[in-house]
Amino acid sequence: MHIAVQDAPFDFGMEAEEFARARAVSGAIVTFTGIVRDVDGGLRAMEIEHYPGMTEAALTEIADQAVTRWSLEDALVIHRHGRLAVGEMIMMVATAARHRKDAFEAAEFLMDYLKSRAPFWKREITQDGAEWVAARDEDEDALTRW
Amino acid sequence: MMDVLYFAWVRERIGIPREAVETQAVTVMDLVDELRAREDRYAAAFADITALRVAVDQQLTGFDAPLSGAREVAFFPPMTGG
Repeated sequence: MHIAVQDAPFDFGMEAEEFARARAVSGAIVTFTGIVRDVDGGLRAMEIEHYPGMTEAALTEIADQAVTRWSLEDALVIHRHGRLAVGEMIMMVATAARHRKDAFEAAEFLMDYLKSRAPFWKREITQDGAEWVAARDEDEDALTRW
Repeated sequence: MMDVLYFAWVRERIGIPREAVETQAVTVMDLVDELRAREDRYAAAFADITALRVAVDQQLTGFDAPLSGAREVAFFPPMTGG
């Protein structure tokens, strides 16, 4: 299992390739990447704050749950913090399983949980100032399906 | 002594990221009440605890959680990762 919380950019292609190559016997690899999007055309940057120590522990716990529940061969979570520009990759998850259904479901589970159970806070910087992104009810509701 | 940490707008409203607090609080809620009584900026940050989340020793918990033996308590808004 690979968990990384970092301010530096990551190389998605290299990470995905390395993950897939090392688990080639798994049969199914799913990856997901989140990218800073500009919703209203005015976003200058996204700032991500986190809780050092708890973040790594929370991500490890969430990934452990996914590995156990979907009998994953392996899981990877990389999440950035600090200041990110529009178009930059915020985070990625990868799951390796024997069958695609498990790999897809586990990746969705990881995403749903790290959205509202890992201690990250996003702030959008626009020309009008900075605003903390509010948590959405849908994100909390998404957890109930698991 | 207990380390109390604040993140995101809670940190901004209170004005500091962390502080050491001398407290006899039995639960998280007792600690919140002690902090609220300190100054307006604390009262403002803790005005609506339904808008807040809390972690005790880096584990998410509820405001009724006991604080016995706790070293670190953190207050923050609902998380927005991913």
